[in-house]
Amino acid sequence: MLRVIGKRLALLVPTLFGLSLLLFFWVRSLPGGPATALLGERATPERIAEVNAAYGFDRPIVEQYVTYMGRLLSGDFGVSIETGRPVLEEFALRFPATIELAIVALIFAIGVGIPLGYIAAKYYGKAADHVSVVVSLIGITIPVFFLAFILKWVFAVQLGWFPPDGRQDSRIDATHVTGFWVLDGILTGEFDAAWDAFMHLILPGLALGTIPLAIIVRITRASVLEVSGADYVRTARAKGVMERTIRDRFVLRNALLPVVTTIGLQVGLLISGAVLTETVFAFSGIGRFLSQAIFSRDFPVLQGFILFIAIIYALINLIVDLSYSLIDPRVRVQ
Amino acid sequence: MSTTLPPAAGADVVPQPPSGSDSDHGTSLWNEAFQRLRRNPQAIVGAVIVLLFVLVALLAPWLAPFDGESLPGRSEIRPTFIPGIGELAAYPLGLDRFGGDVLSKLIWGARASLIIGLVSTALGLIGGMLLGLIAGTFGGWVDNVIMRFVDILLSVPNLLLAVSIAAILGQGPLAIMIAIGASQVPIFARLLRSSMLQQRSADYVLAAQTLGLSRRTITMSHVLPNSVGPVIVQGTLSLATAVVDAAALSFLGLGGGRPETAEWGRMLTYAQNELAIAPQLAFLPGICIAITALGFTLFGEALRESLDPRGRR
Repeated sequence: MLRVIGKRLALLVPTLFGLSLLLFFWVRSLPGGPATALLGERATPERIAEVNAAYGFDRPIVEQYVTYMGRLLSGDFGVSIETGRPVLEEFALRFPATIELAIVALIFAIGVGIPLGYIAAKYYGKAADHVSVVVSLIGITIPVFFLAFILKWVFAVQLGWFPPDGRQDSRIDATHVTGFWVLDGILTGEFDAAWDAFMHLILPGLALGTIPLAIIVRITRASVLEVSGADYVRTARAKGVMERTIRDRFVLRNALLPVVTTIGLQVGLLISGAVLTETVFAFSGIGRFLSQAIFSRDFPVLQGFILFIAIIYALINLIVDLSYSLIDPRVRVQ
Repeated sequence: MSTTLPPAAGADVVPQPPSGSDSDHGTSLWNEAFQRLRRNPQAIVGAVIVLLFVLVALLAPWLAPFDGESLPGRSEIRPTFIPGIGELAAYPLGLDRFGGDVLSKLIWGARASLIIGLVSTALGLIGGMLLGLIAGTFGGWVDNVIMRFVDILLSVPNLLLAVSIAAILGQGPLAIMIAIGASQVPIFARLLRSSMLQQRSADYVLAAQTLGLSRRTITMSHVLPNSVGPVIVQGTLSLATAVVDAAALSFLGLGGGRPETAEWGRMLTYAQNELAIAPQLAFLPGICIAITALGFTLFGEALRESLDPRGRR
């Protein structure tokens, strides 16, 4: 198992290396060059020359690349133009917020999606099936940011059940230890702060979780239908195995394999969706910071964040691949 | 999706020729697919939506009461007052904060979406098919280089890839089209390549080889036509993604130009601040985006089913 993990990690290296190369040229192909991107279009030629010299943009391209890679490998991802703080620090500061959001979204998507998909398959062709098919179809096609608007309008503006934006009520003076604010509140015993942070997660979490939910419903439904027709299920039923046992041990366990793959693939969607959802809900995670960085042309932030996101994306897919062998002993990782 | 799963669900009354008999030109496959599409209610609903959308987009100059760029109600707008639906007789869907007629903007927005969707998907299709064709035809190190490049692009989530490309190109509709198109290239490339690899090991290719046909002839007139099915299906589905992604990029503010430009995504950007007083400003363009995407998705999925009668998904 360890060797498999090592091998898979080694396979990641060329992809990430290639991505860093692309990102390097990406910044250098910004209109007007990186210095103009830094200073804005109205910068004087003297200032541009100054910045070029300071950042080494006037050096030969190969030399620049070697310096850039050297910095990356030593963990230096540059400094944000907007805030003046290291990119890695900015990422670390906001990443827990996005993880919290993604966890809520995934719990919603998996917790509702798998039962709904199962019910749809069980009542195949009946009303429950049609309803879940239509719901999942709408879930797939509705734009995330539009759904975020609807949720915000209904549950925050009209009903006032949830806060409309932010991560925590500004009147609450909470202590932060881990960066995961719900967890922080529990750890420090400030339960009202934890509850408030949790309430702030619900609406953006639902918005973010809807597309994954819809996809999980579809895959679960298709997969359960396929497994339900398998010979071993018929045999089990003929032998008089209890329906519940058939469901849990025969159908669900076998049907979940493709569902797990799908959940892994949702991570990319979650990150893309976070950029939009966090923007609508003014939720300060990596997504909102990214969309702000697009405007301020904060390219060190964009460059660093994209690289981090790609690494996380790849690692999660690796974990998903490895988890197969846990769910299905027939799959032995090679 | 409801009629998808079991082959016994009544959708397969069409007599199926033994698979493999349609290897000569693929026309019978497409004919058969069309027959099946005509009977699929999902395909019809999707086609009607798409058709309506295209008609509205094409006829925008005649349908829309006002020009896309004009702000007829500018004098009606006071700092705290945005007329809602039907509040002013001349503007059935009300005005937005700039004094633009919402109905006209929605209609012109359809045109903007159609253009961006079509052009960007076409760019993605052409780029992706070229890469996939080269990789699938030559194999070996060429295939390796191309597929590693595709892997790198796929390691960045789709929307983020589009955003980064748009950041280089600057703001504006052209940048959005190229960005979305480029972000779809890896999917098409991978799809065509794997589809070609599948076809290449088919018996009819072996037969063509024994006949002494050149690799070029085999690829262009046998393997490629038989491999494009999944790519065409993905193209239809990608139109839905392109419409939604274009709206997302212009929602994020990458659309460029004047703030009152008639684009669905941009209408949502400015609706944010007025959500409490004028929610219709967000809901109307949002519904338009969702319905358009729904139309392309329904049709694309029905197309996939009809091309692959044994398909499970």
